[in-house]
Order: sequence, then structure tokens, then C-alpha cells
Amino acid sequence: MKETLQVLESRGLQVRMGGALILDVPSLSIRQGEILSLIGPNGAGKTTLLQALSRLVPSSRGDIYFRGSRIGSNHSVIQYRRRIAMVFQEPLLFDTTVAENVASGLRIRGIRRSDIRDITALQLSRFGISHLADRSARTLSGGEAQRTSLARAFATLPEILFLDEPFASLDPPTRESIIDDLERVLRETGTTTVMATHDLHEAIRLSDRIAVMNGGRIVQTGAPEEIMNQPADEWVASFVGTETILPGKVAEKNGSSLLVSAFGFTMEAIGDAVPGEDIVLCIRPEHVTLSAFGPSLTTSARNVFRGTVERIIPAGAFFKVRVDCGFPLTAYVTRNAVDDLSLREGMPATASFKATAIHVIRRKSPFSP
Amino acid sequence: MDILIDGIREAIRLLFTLDSEVMGITWLSFKISGTATLISLVIGIGIGTAVALTSFPGRRFVVSLINTGMALPPVVVGLFVTILLWRNGPLGFLEILYTPTAIIIAQAIIATPIVTGISLAAMQQLPKKLRLQILALGATRLQMVWILIREAKLPLLAAVMAGFGGVISEVGASIMVGGNIKGYSRVLTTATVMETSRGNFDIAIALGIILLVFAYLINLILTQIQQRERPR
Repeated sequence: MKETLQVLESRGLQVRMGGALILDVPSLSIRQGEILSLIGPNGAGKTTLLQALSRLVPSSRGDIYFRGSRIGSNHSVIQYRRRIAMVFQEPLLFDTTVAENVASGLRIRGIRRSDIRDITALQLSRFGISHLADRSARTLSGGEAQRTSLARAFATLPEILFLDEPFASLDPPTRESIIDDLERVLRETGTTTVMATHDLHEAIRLSDRIAVMNGGRIVQTGAPEEIMNQPADEWVASFVGTETILPGKVAEKNGSSLLVSAFGFTMEAIGDAVPGEDIVLCIRPEHVTLSAFGPSLTTSARNVFRGTVERIIPAGAFFKVRVDCGFPLTAYVTRNAVDDLSLREGMPATASFKATAIHVIRRKSPFSP
Repeated sequence: MDILIDGIREAIRLLFTLDSEVMGITWLSFKISGTATLISLVIGIGIGTAVALTSFPGRRFVVSLINTGMALPPVVVGLFVTILLWRNGPLGFLEILYTPTAIIIAQAIIATPIVTGISLAAMQQLPKKLRLQILALGATRLQMVWILIREAKLPLLAAVMAGFGGVISEVGASIMVGGNIKGYSRVLTTATVMETSRGNFDIAIALGIILLVFAYLINLILTQIQQRERPR
């Protein structure tokens, strides 16, 4: 088996503020070269976790190990901070030129002047801001300032890069182009990265692994696909955009195939539960297919329900269609499909989804409160 | 009206012929107030930065004390410095009452709260996260404080100007602890008071013009700083 190298590991990390426990993460490890995203709503503890891991806020309890040695004993905090970098939501630039800003971390480390010049020039060109080198940082646009901040972080060749919602205050086109640049630089450098964000799409796009946080705790960690399709509990399911979350009870079990009764209907699902057990059914909107109301249905889906279109909500490139099938069900439908099916609110429709489209959460799972 | 016109004419002559007594008084004032301001900068920026960057019980009380100190009446400072330096006072053994050193001490006491108050405000207006960013760049605590001071350099320059402006134009304490001794502890303000009382309006006006020029220069620089402060 290939050995994965842990760059950073935390054990029993707790942060208290004014007596209240605001962060409680029993264990977390970050592998060499991986991009880990911390997602969660505001106040979930993402920033606190980033700042505790980078030793910018003191933890009330617990230890952090950088490449196997505990920070605070074998590694002084300042030595550790000189091997990492942090980019905040605000660019937090110094009142000097762009080039001087990019060079600031190197100056703090006492790097030779000629080396600073070379490294700064490289980072400026990497982020497409060479032409701004001599401009005052005060005169930059939001996007230019955040590029400068990223270039400053990469200039010190960090072994771990911490990003705290770095794109949150940028307009969508600027954000898109900076994410492109960051993605490219991360691929070039292979820098281990921990990024806090409340934007699920950003996390899915950039990360190898996602940790979902709520109330100062990590509630689930996994690959983006896993977080999306197998949420650990109802809260995670709802946070990652599972629109249909239904309570149900297992009626029958055949191998991994379950017959579940919910809202008086029987549905077929795949999962691990025993007959009589209370469960929660999660159905993502992109897994639900809608068709016009009609008798001849040719679908391999095991779950077919007739209902009434309740609402059609524009959601960017597609529409979110709420159907009342005796239970609420939400589907994503493209603009073309809405036209083809001539979908209108109040009209009948048939919704179908496969047994594998249902993610079953056991009520008494270890993740339930 | 003649008194005023003659006075101004004579004052201009004194200034343009670089009258040795007027120049001597000006230079001494500059030296004394400059030194006092320097001392107040070291203490004031130090205390202002420390209070801005730390939290401790009673911090609010200290901040309001500093703000009160910014309006410290010079005569009260003069009174207490005189008592301290009086022959049988606690610091009488230093034998520095009625010397330029005594004026420097009194003026430094007047300027320090002004510099402290403005430094405190200057450091507090920097974004809180800037400190975290500097630390995240690998700075030691000392490096962080130095970078923060550099970031606040424009408002800190205002502290220099306000401190210097406060003491160069101050008369009460200087006359009480300096004694207004000719050629030794006579400064622009004390000389102006004395020459006016003697009816030597020409010299008094010349000294007054120099004080006004000082005040003008200080305000000019301050305005320039404020105009440069926010380009966006």
C-alpha cells in the first residue's frame, strides 16, 4: 500500500472564547499535496479551525504536529509560521507598492535582496500582475489586490497554504478568473492547501477532500462525491443541496435492496438498514427525472410517482421544479426540458428516480444527535 | 494703527537682517520643543502602541486617562514640575529649575499624552486582521510592531505635528520652569509675553510672526498628509 505522508495533524483541538467552546475537533490530518476544504455556514468554526491550525489563535486544548513534530516543543511557533502561508478574505496589503507587498514575507525572513527580486518577479508573473509591480497597493481593484495577496503567500514557498474565504468578497467574473489562476498554480506547485469556504461549488471544484463543519465541529469528512451523495446526516444533506429529505420506515429487506414506506408510498432504495427501522431518505434534485403526465412510461427507474407541478423556480442554468407527489419532491430541469414538456405550475407530471438515487440515513446512526 | 504698522515694519527688518537675539531665541525654542517632542514620541508611540495592541483589565480607564491628558493645562504641568524641581522638592538635588532642561521636561510632559492619544487612535484604526496577516507572514512580535508602526506612519506623523505644535506655542509652563532668562532659557513665547509687557511691540511682533510661520508650516504639512491619506 502506498504510504501517505501526513503534513499536519491535530489531536484533541479545542478553542474556547469567553468560556464558550467554539471549536472542538478531536482529530484531523492533512496529507502531503492534498487540497482540503472546510465548508459550513457562517459561524461553523471554519476560520477558527484555520487560525488554530496555523497557530494564529491559541488553542485551549490539544496539539498540532507538523511533519511529525509537535509545534511548541520541537518546532517553535514562529519557525512553523515561516513554513506556512495564509490568505484572508480581505487582501490586507501593506501601504507600499505591489512588488514590496509580494516581497514582504521574504523580507521578514531576511532573504537576500537579489533572491527577493527574482522570486517576486516570478510570483508577479504567475498571477498576471507584473505590470502592477510599481503601483501603490492602495490603488488596486479588489481582484488585483487579492492576486497580490496570493502572490505574497506563494512567494515564501509555503509547505501548507491556508485560505480563509479568499474569493468571498469578489464579483463573480473576477472570482472565476482568480480561481482559474489559483487552480493552475496549485497544480504547478503541488502545495498542500486548507481552504475555508461557504461556497460548495468552489469546494467541489478545488478540493480532494471536504470537511463539513457545523457548530465548531467537523460533522463529515470525505471526497466531494461522497459528501454530495452520501451525507452523514440530515443537516449535511440539506447543506450540500439535497432538496428532498423524507422520513421513512424499512418494510422489507432483500440483500442490500430495501422496500421503504414513506408518506404512505412504497419506494425502493439501496442501503443498510433492518426491517422496522426508522430511516431518512435523501434524494438529490439532479437524480430526479420529470416527464409529462402520460400512461406509457419507459423508464428503468424503480420509483415512479405521479404528482402536480407546484413551483418552477429559475436557478441559473436550470430550473428547480417542486412536484407534489403526495410528498414533496424537487427536480432540476434544463430550460429545454421545461419547454419540451411545456411545464407549468399546476399541471400534472410524472417524477422518477432510481433506487440507487436514494441515500439512506439510519436514524440511530452514530452521526445522529 | 501706527504702532501696528511700525511694529510690523520693524519686525520684518529684524527677521530679514537675521537679528542675533531673535534668531537665538528661535533656535533655542526649536531645540527645546524639538527635543521635548522627540522624547514624547518615544514614550507616546510606545505607550500608544502597547495599549492599542493589548487588552488588560482597566484598559478603558487608561484610554480615558490618556484622552484627558491630551488636554493637560500647561500651567498645571508648570506648577507641578516647579514643585518637583524646587530646591527642597523631591528632585531639587538635580538643580535644573530655570534651565532649558526644565522646559524640555515640562514640554515633554505636555506633549506625551497628545502623542500617545493620537498613536493609540492611529494603531487602533488599522484592521485587526492585519496583525494576524503579519504574524502569518512569519513575523516575530517585534517585527509585527515595527510593520504596524510603518503602516500607521501617516497618522503618526500627525502625532509628531500635534505634539510639536502643542509645545512650541505653549507659554505657561515654559515661563514657570524656565524663568525666561535672557540668552539662556528665553523662548519665543516667553519672550513675546515679556516684550509685549515692556511695550517693545516690534520685537514681540517679529517673534509672533515666527510663531505663526511655525503654526502655518505644521498645518501645511498636516493638510498635505490628510490629502494624501485616501487616494481611493
